[in-house]
Amino acid sequence: MSETGGTGIGASVRRKEDVRFITGAGNYMDDINQPGQTYAVFLRSPHARAKILGIDASGALATPGVVAVFTGADLAADGIGDLPCGWLVKSRDGSDMIQPPHPPIAVERVNYVGEPYGIVIAETLQAARDGAEAVVTDFEDLPAVVDAATATSGDQLHESVPNNRCYDWEFGDQAATEAAFAQAAHVTSLDIVNNRLIPNAMEPRAAIGCYEAASGDYTLYMNSQNPHLERLVLAAFVQVAPESKLRVVSPDVGGGFGSKIFVYAEETAVTWAAGKVRRPVKWVADRSESFLGDCHGRDHVTHAELALADDGEFLGMRVATTANMGAYLSTFASSVPTYLYGTLLAGQYRTPAIYVEVQSVFTNTTPVDAYRGAGRPEATYVVERLVETAARELGMDPAELRRRNFIQPDQFPYETPVALTYDTGDYEASLDRALEHIDYARFAARRAESEALGRKRGIGFSSYIEACGLAPSQVALSLGAGVGLFESAEVRVNVTGSVTVITGSHSHGQGHETTFAQVVSEKLGIPFENVEVVHGDSGRGDYGLGTYGSRSIAVGGSAIVKAADKIIAKGKKIVAHNFETTDDRIDFEDGVFSEQESNRSMEFGEVAFAAYVPANFPLDELEPGLSEKAFYDPGNFTYPAGTHVCEVEIDPETGTVEIVDFVAVDDFGLIINPMIVEGQVHGGLVQGIGQALLEHGVYDESGQLVTGSYMDYCMPRADDVPSFTVDTTVTPCTHNPLGVKGCGEAGAIGATAAVMNAVTDALGVKELAMPATSETVWNALGGSGAASGAA
Amino acid sequence: MEVTLTVNGADHTLDVPDNALLVELLRERLNLTGTHVGCDTSQCGACVVHMDGRAVKSCTVLAGQADGADVTTIEGIGTADALHPMQEAFRECHALQCGFCTPGMIMAAIDLVQTSDDLDEAAVRDGLEGNLCRCTGYHNIVRAVLSARDNM
Repeated sequence: MSETGGTGIGASVRRKEDVRFITGAGNYMDDINQPGQTYAVFLRSPHARAKILGIDASGALATPGVVAVFTGADLAADGIGDLPCGWLVKSRDGSDMIQPPHPPIAVERVNYVGEPYGIVIAETLQAARDGAEAVVTDFEDLPAVVDAATATSGDQLHESVPNNRCYDWEFGDQAATEAAFAQAAHVTSLDIVNNRLIPNAMEPRAAIGCYEAASGDYTLYMNSQNPHLERLVLAAFVQVAPESKLRVVSPDVGGGFGSKIFVYAEETAVTWAAGKVRRPVKWVADRSESFLGDCHGRDHVTHAELALADDGEFLGMRVATTANMGAYLSTFASSVPTYLYGTLLAGQYRTPAIYVEVQSVFTNTTPVDAYRGAGRPEATYVVERLVETAARELGMDPAELRRRNFIQPDQFPYETPVALTYDTGDYEASLDRALEHIDYARFAARRAESEALGRKRGIGFSSYIEACGLAPSQVALSLGAGVGLFESAEVRVNVTGSVTVITGSHSHGQGHETTFAQVVSEKLGIPFENVEVVHGDSGRGDYGLGTYGSRSIAVGGSAIVKAADKIIAKGKKIVAHNFETTDDRIDFEDGVFSEQESNRSMEFGEVAFAAYVPANFPLDELEPGLSEKAFYDPGNFTYPAGTHVCEVEIDPETGTVEIVDFVAVDDFGLIINPMIVEGQVHGGLVQGIGQALLEHGVYDESGQLVTGSYMDYCMPRADDVPSFTVDTTVTPCTHNPLGVKGCGEAGAIGATAAVMNAVTDALGVKELAMPATSETVWNALGGSGAASGAA
Repeated sequence: MEVTLTVNGADHTLDVPDNALLVELLRERLNLTGTHVGCDTSQCGACVVHMDGRAVKSCTVLAGQADGADVTTIEGIGTADALHPMQEAFRECHALQCGFCTPGMIMAAIDLVQTSDDLDEAAVRDGLEGNLCRCTGYHNIVRAVLSARDNM
């Protein structure tokens, strides 16, 4: 691990937040209780698709301890609106995507197993459960549409959505791409299924709605990645309460990975219900509910082709994808298979012509939305599986084929044919470093050693890119986003010189309390210990867009720098007043304001005190106080990139895949805390490896989720994965003040393709379905320990 | 039913429902909320505590089964000022991110170190198979346990 002394930028400072977590003093949702609270249990559909003919709640209402039972009709009658999707995607004919009604609590129909259609509120959790058991619901079961690939020919699920098609989107230059394919010496094609994943943050989702009758104020405690956005949507669209009357608090949050971005039924219902029963209403998901009720990820079916010249130069790429949206459009679902996917298909390469078509369809499954990487892992999987396969088909070294097609360092800024402008990068540097770490030169010898032992060894690469630091508002808004994607910050210098930093980013494991404190400590030249970072409370910070898309340091951190710059500027004015000079004659360095060409100076703490004890301030020019706010809207996305290399060994007797070595070399630009960055990479890698080897959200043909618990859904465990070699190369981001790019998703984006390229290399097969479980691999070997060689 | 037990060195006698779980007793009656519940199938290990010196999943132990037992939770092994070597190793090695699995992971790891002779990386990975972490990828957890092994 990188070790630098001190507590400033670049130091592996041990985390401020850890002491409370390792001593059991963390404050997660289920640790919070409110006086007089009630407990909620949701009625959830046992059917994938059904009409609700009647709900008889009399048994529940007669159950001791039950306070109230509400159904979707009660919310609708009270004016509670639909859960909206925040990104408008247009079809190729210019028409808007079709967004079917999505009442928070189903009213007439249910469309996936686990969809809430009622809420039982009681004095105790046990009474709420008993009450829910006593509700009798009359359903008319209807045939379910489960498979995305055939969804357009299935029964129509929503009255407003013909063929179950949400949109039919295209991107890129079709004519140029067709022309490229027409002159290709070789075309590599692949059929790819990007398997459905279930996020499984370790802390289940939860919410407590509170209502204060005297003021009419609502407070919603919930584990959200973006509490301000939650407040905005619940106020402006769902209309639970006015924005000024709703406070959303997101305390210590036990992981998110995307699944806690979205606005869900449960927090909507408990907040509304708190106003009805005039008592706090608490709901905590059990894990079975999490499997059914948290948005899932991925679930694409794709046909992809790469056109190459005879020397291996990439000429064009053609991609057709069907994306499963599940039963309804979740908060950002529409953007994931389009603007977070199609725009990334250039990868690290100079491919001159790219054309992508995506149709998104509805099925009777849990809604699908952003999951760690969100669109970018799916794009990377397409690109990197194609490139590796092309190398094999052309008999070229896969590393060399990549090298031959990389965008070169002197070509930045580089405009891709799919609308992004990469600011900087050095892809060969990461590849070279990765080859060194994996000792690529000796791979053939290692493979021979494995073969001598009757095992099959393979190596696979993944040279990924991602667009992070979401997002330049102007770009996002022009592409259909419903909100700007800037970030806010406040740097509040207290009278005693300590500093409170309030960020609109949210930490649910990323360590912002440490990283952001390092930035402010260095920027203002004050001790790390004197900086406190506050996040996750719409009552303490004015606004924020939260944490997803690896945006916190690149956008949230930049906002903090901007606010700190304003503090320094204000400090100079105060010092100039004190010294009876002008602020352009004051310098600031290492926490000291000094007058040029003199020996007079003031310490940061003295300036803070002076700001709040404003003797003789010229009040029309200089206000008392030292607290500044800033909003930062990025000028471009950031483009972290790198090369991951995976080496596997397969036991043909059992089909078991063992990862024997895994190297990740990433370029995240400048790094604030290497220890935290490495940890983010490790975690992402295991989620990517999990997709490749273990995880799969499976529905049966009637729409029942058959992987609805940890007994059935294979989460990566400590003995499933190896230790990693993680390294970085650095090209600083050119357009933000810290030179940072973001690191949260890279592991999950790069790893999956590297693993599957290694597994297919070991087996000598072209395609293999994920996850590559022992059974899948064993069958690919013909069930006999010999590779079938089937493509 | 009445349950008498020792938790983190303090004696308690509590009247609990027959079907109460040990984790419910700890969290709801004693307000020891460091022990977490992450699943409903006894798979995730977030609820691991020590009962009479051995790691148990407290979601799978009835409160009544703990009658007469000596229970230690994450709150009982160290304090912010005097961390247990395993807590210290988790912090030093960045073996936690969101922190939700951490108490169970630490309690399981302490038991693993105390009951193993030749603890190498493979043995640590094998020994922590009953504890899920979604953040760290286990890499730094393994480092932390091996580091604490040398300090315990």
